[in-house]
Amino acid sequence: MRLGSKCLQLLSLLAISSFAFAQTQFDMTPGVTNISHEIYGLHRLMFNWCIGIGVVVFGVMFYSILRHRKSVGHQAAHFHESTLVEIIWTIIPFVILIGMAIPATKTLIAMNDTSKSALTIKITGSQWKWHYDYLEYNDNNKVNVGFLSQLSTPRNQIEVPIRKAGLFPSGIGAHTENTAAPQKDAHYLLEVDRPLVLPTGKKIRFLITSDDVIHSWWVPALAIKRDAVPGFVNEVWALIPAGKEGTYRGQCAELCGKDHGFMPIVIEAKSETDFAQWLKDQEAIAQHEAAEAANSVTAKFSKEELMEEGQENYLANCAMCHQPGGTGLPPAIPALSGSKIANGPVALHIETVLNGRNQMPKFKGVLSPKVLASIITYERNAWANHTGDLVQPSDIVNNK
Amino acid sequence: MSDHHGHDHHHATGIKRWLFTTNHKDIGTMYLVFSLVMFLTGGLMAMAIRAELMYPGLQLLDPNFFNQMTTIHGLIMVFGAVMPAFVGLANWMIPLMIGAPDMALPRLNNWSFWILPFAFSLLIYALIQSMLGHGSAPNFGWTFYAPLSTKYGPPSTDFFIFSVHMMGISSIMGAINIIVTIFNLRAPGMTMMKLPLFVWTWLITPYLLIAGMPVLAGTVTMMLMDRHFGTSFFDAAGGGDPVLFQHVFWFFGHPEVYIMILPSFGIVSAIIPTFARKPLFGYASMVYATASIAFLSFVVWAHHMFTTGLPLAGSLFFMYMTMLIAVPTGVKVFNWVATLWRGSITFEVPMLFSLAFVVLFTIGGLSGLMLAIAPADQQYQDTYFVVAHFHYVLVTGAIFGIFAGVYYWIPKWTGVMFNEAIAKAHFWCSLVTVNLLFFPMHFVGLAGMPRRIPDYSTQFADFNFWISIGGFGFGLSQLLFVWMLWKACQQRQGIKASNQVWEGAEGLEWTLPSPTPYHTFETPPLIK
Repeated sequence: MRLGSKCLQLLSLLAISSFAFAQTQFDMTPGVTNISHEIYGLHRLMFNWCIGIGVVVFGVMFYSILRHRKSVGHQAAHFHESTLVEIIWTIIPFVILIGMAIPATKTLIAMNDTSKSALTIKITGSQWKWHYDYLEYNDNNKVNVGFLSQLSTPRNQIEVPIRKAGLFPSGIGAHTENTAAPQKDAHYLLEVDRPLVLPTGKKIRFLITSDDVIHSWWVPALAIKRDAVPGFVNEVWALIPAGKEGTYRGQCAELCGKDHGFMPIVIEAKSETDFAQWLKDQEAIAQHEAAEAANSVTAKFSKEELMEEGQENYLANCAMCHQPGGTGLPPAIPALSGSKIANGPVALHIETVLNGRNQMPKFKGVLSPKVLASIITYERNAWANHTGDLVQPSDIVNNK
Repeated sequence: MSDHHGHDHHHATGIKRWLFTTNHKDIGTMYLVFSLVMFLTGGLMAMAIRAELMYPGLQLLDPNFFNQMTTIHGLIMVFGAVMPAFVGLANWMIPLMIGAPDMALPRLNNWSFWILPFAFSLLIYALIQSMLGHGSAPNFGWTFYAPLSTKYGPPSTDFFIFSVHMMGISSIMGAINIIVTIFNLRAPGMTMMKLPLFVWTWLITPYLLIAGMPVLAGTVTMMLMDRHFGTSFFDAAGGGDPVLFQHVFWFFGHPEVYIMILPSFGIVSAIIPTFARKPLFGYASMVYATASIAFLSFVVWAHHMFTTGLPLAGSLFFMYMTMLIAVPTGVKVFNWVATLWRGSITFEVPMLFSLAFVVLFTIGGLSGLMLAIAPADQQYQDTYFVVAHFHYVLVTGAIFGIFAGVYYWIPKWTGVMFNEAIAKAHFWCSLVTVNLLFFPMHFVGLAGMPRRIPDYSTQFADFNFWISIGGFGFGLSQLLFVWMLWKACQQRQGIKASNQVWEGAEGLEWTLPSPTPYHTFETPPLIK
């Protein structure tokens, strides 16, 4: 009866529409940076001109429609040319356009000046997550912090098919059909597992690129939208003023495949001192993890350990396509349970995961050898697969 | 003059008549029917999209299939609905307007039509296979940016490439035919500056087609080479550049959007003077404005690419050029308004659609001017604001123009007046629903909703619900159009139309009997 209640909503809306849309945003955000304010100003300038032009042109038109109609007995005049009028209404728009172009040009020039930045971050888009690498901060030009950031909204909030067999035509979400759809998060689809942390009061330079297809990194509050083009690096910059600490959200803006709509961006802006502390902590954690990873390459793990970790890593990284039960979504996405690759030679399985296959992205360099080893071990011993194979991190590293 | 008409030569009957016909009226009819079928098919896809977007969450369509819907909807509407409708109107009306017995190249005409059903069958075949669960139809948007469509495209991309090649061949042949006809088959005394504006706009449009379509063919050929023959035009790993794709695509794509609007300018320029009972204001400036728009359309393509990382000088150049287009477009709108001014206006259905065209197309044009501002485009690009903009110029622009043209000329084609009650219902239902459908898209776009997403955050939910209601309403309203056409084709019903049909109509086509005989102007009329 959702439709019925919506119909009621229609009636109440018509009566008190201003209340119903009280929380709804109608206009572009002014954002938090100087550039975003300038852009918002340009937008309003253009918008007001458009309203003005519309009022004049449509005003004349509707006056004519009302007064110069045959039914009120108006006789048609016969003029059909006036060079003077034609010249006037060519020149006036031209002058208005120049008035618009001057501030637009100034803003555009300011936007292109990426010099003298304090922090440099490389942003890499890959289907369907963002990879953030902190490269330089102040005089430290070897910051070694980087992480993946991806959607954290649970799938069961997203997939609520009204059809028993799941979404048409592939059947995604069939398992959620009988479960009550959970309440959607406050930041549904605009939340990530690890936000990008930025300092306020510092000029930040973003180097944007991509691993696979074209993405576009868009944060409205910063008025930055820049395409991530595979094989090329685009530069943009932002300066979040001190005092504007907070959370800013955005999304991928260029169609990048199946989960284009599920690739949000979350920024956490911290004060300069908080950011410096955060970065220091992250560097320490990164060093620790690197040491652990280096050890784990030579370490041997038990099957229980790998299986347990593998399940977790599988659900986080693989289940979106291959499904938690390993059933895949045939024909586009093959099942793993009972598949030739998961039950065939180990080397081919490792190679497939590392380098990708058809639509499947490559995971080499994306996940650590230990994580990959646990996933492959899990895939070879879960569901209908009983190979008994144990894959160690060293097998991943040694794979050529 | 009617003595000559009506003596049909023995032409084939049944299916053979339509397969082998070289008659411009038959071919025009086939184009129009084909376009209607495509319009309804693409409309169904739009309604599938709106059904998914009605509420937040994924309820109906798998995201990959959603992408196939947006892709095929765009391709079908652009290449299958709008363009063939204009070619159909050109086929029917240009010979009648210039006093020619037929198109100059009748066999080419037949061929250029009959390629189209095959081209679209290929595309739709891929979609049907996908619905049956076999692979994926093209899913990279109608702009098919590389590398999403090359390295990452589904196998059916090759069907799409072949299909686009065929559409291109069809368009180019149609374009050549129209140019040759207008230059060679004008009746004695029909000088260039006496041509009706519909003919003028259809003289300029084919040049855009001839210059643009081969570039599109080149683009898809490069895609084919990248996919199968080891080249790297659009792959940085082999020395290519994905952004090159966008340059070549939009070098075709921007003239393409003018291909889809110029003939509507022509139609509206014919209708407004008729129902204002006053000659078109500024005929010569309308011709020059059309030509300037056509010329400028070749130097603005990168305004679709302001976020790709263009160099500063490039952004500035394309911003200025794009803003400049507002000048000739403004001249056209002012001329239409001046034509209305102090006229003696009546509001028959073609006029209603034309007036709606002027207002709503202008709204689309104004949002286009906002989009031209490169810095602000950082916020507009790839949002629903863009979707609102191009649907205002294409649906309430191009398609309302087509509706206006069909209502204007259909009594001439069938010999009876259409059912005015249904036609008026069609107009008013379309007008209300189309604005409910597209106007709130400006707001969700500005508020930050990206286009081409199957699901959205909950802040956009209110608007999307209403947009969907508008979408279903607009889709259903078109059934009234189909009903009107059905009744109009039953020639015994309805009031017999006079030769002039409309009180204020002027031009050669209105000197012919209604319905027009199978062959017309076998001896050219003399223009004073």
